Amino acid sequence: MPLFYEKKQLVAPGDLLAEGDYLSGDSTYKENEKIYACRLGLVDYDGKRVHVVALKAFYIPVPGDVVIGKVIEATPGGWVIDIKAPHLARLRASDVVERGFKPETTDLPSIFDVGDLIITKVIAYDRTRDPQLTVREPGLGKIMRGQLVEVTPTKIPRVIGRQGSMVGMIKKETGCQLTIGQNGLILVSGRTVENERIAIKAIRKIEQESHTSGLTDKVTEMIKKEREAIDSK
Amino acid sequence: MVDKKGIRLDGRKVDELRPVKMEVGVLPNADGSSYLEQGRNKILVGVYGPKEAHPRHIAQQDRAVIQCRYHMAPFSVDERKSPAPSRRDVELSKVIREALEPAVFLEYYPRTSIQVYIEILQADGGTRCAGITAAALALADAGIPMRDLVVACAAGKASGKIALDLMDTEDKVGEADVPVAYMPNLDAITLLQMDGNLSTEEFETAVNMAVEGCKKLYEVQKEALKAKYVIEEEKEE
Repeated sequence: MPLFYEKKQLVAPGDLLAEGDYLSGDSTYKENEKIYACRLGLVDYDGKRVHVVALKAFYIPVPGDVVIGKVIEATPGGWVIDIKAPHLARLRASDVVERGFKPETTDLPSIFDVGDLIITKVIAYDRTRDPQLTVREPGLGKIMRGQLVEVTPTKIPRVIGRQGSMVGMIKKETGCQLTIGQNGLILVSGRTVENERIAIKAIRKIEQESHTSGLTDKVTEMIKKEREAIDSK
Repeated sequence: MVDKKGIRLDGRKVDELRPVKMEVGVLPNADGSSYLEQGRNKILVGVYGPKEAHPRHIAQQDRAVIQCRYHMAPFSVDERKSPAPSRRDVELSKVIREALEPAVFLEYYPRTSIQVYIEILQADGGTRCAGITAAALALADAGIPMRDLVVACAAGKASGKIALDLMDTEDKVGEADVPVAYMPNLDAITLLQMDGNLSTEEFETAVNMAVEGCKKLYEVQKEALKAKYVIEEEKEE
């Protein structure tokens, strides 16, 4: 049962990763007891499971994911939302309007208009149908203020960190509120533009250096330096 | 075309490739992109998707579709080429699409389309092969799952000798041309064409020669794909 690469090594599509009794994880595929990579990324072994952390990928919706989307159309029955997935998502009007929703009388664009950004949750997606969204939960709904940062969806786990250690740190150090969409969009809203700028810079640093270890400490240090630079002014 | 010492017009040996240069991520607005230079060929590829298919009726219920556009810029050849898609452009688009299809996991993303735009900025023979190599690179750059990278290379016959990677004059004056697209890790051929006349033996030599050429190109392709990230790693240390 040989392994052909070391942990965290860079592989390209088609590279043979392992042979024998292993399980194929993310961004890999298995054929004739051999596991190959199917994306450019870093190999990782987790017991018997072989997977690749892709350096770039697109977002595939999973029910339960909180995502940030843009309204691109208001139809009589609801909205069409771009969540950066291969398919456009739908948000039903009956999900938003409390009760007595009538397509003839309710003015949908007054709730969400084309171009609005909203925080929503995926409730259903099974490849044969378009993703269904909901906003019926605390914390979901229209975005009123803040700045958006976009990262590759595969880097989101790194931005969150183990048990939320990374986001928790950024929130604490910058005093910003972070809403992370699993589709790679992150909403940063803080008290001042300066705070938001530091938080965005931290996220960008994580994105670029996601494959290095001890990143939380590096980012903490960076934020502290930035803060000092502002305070001394 | 080939002199007594076996040296060709541009100073290459019969089994030698033209100098190649590949780069990925050159177009910030595309999901994936690549730039390739092979001899005097210059090719730019942009990949978009997977995303909702337009027009809707081309979407397939069980898999993604690849929409491929091979286009030669009007200034890519000596005599100005009409920018409108010619019969040749349409044919090459289809051939390139079919060469890429076996490598992509189309069944993972039903009802979507992946758009591949291949723009030939400068042509000097063997653009369909170079286009496939560059397109595979751009697909991988876009993060589209693939079984293997696809590499393509041609071999042909010029003044009675079998030679690798024919350039424009060799192709036009020569007797035959055999383009081959190949998946190196799976050892599978995805495109095989022949233009001209070759004996069975000559054909076999040409195919084997082209496959060897593909293997060399594959190394360059892999390096180009990884280069974008390796440099970043070095900077940090």
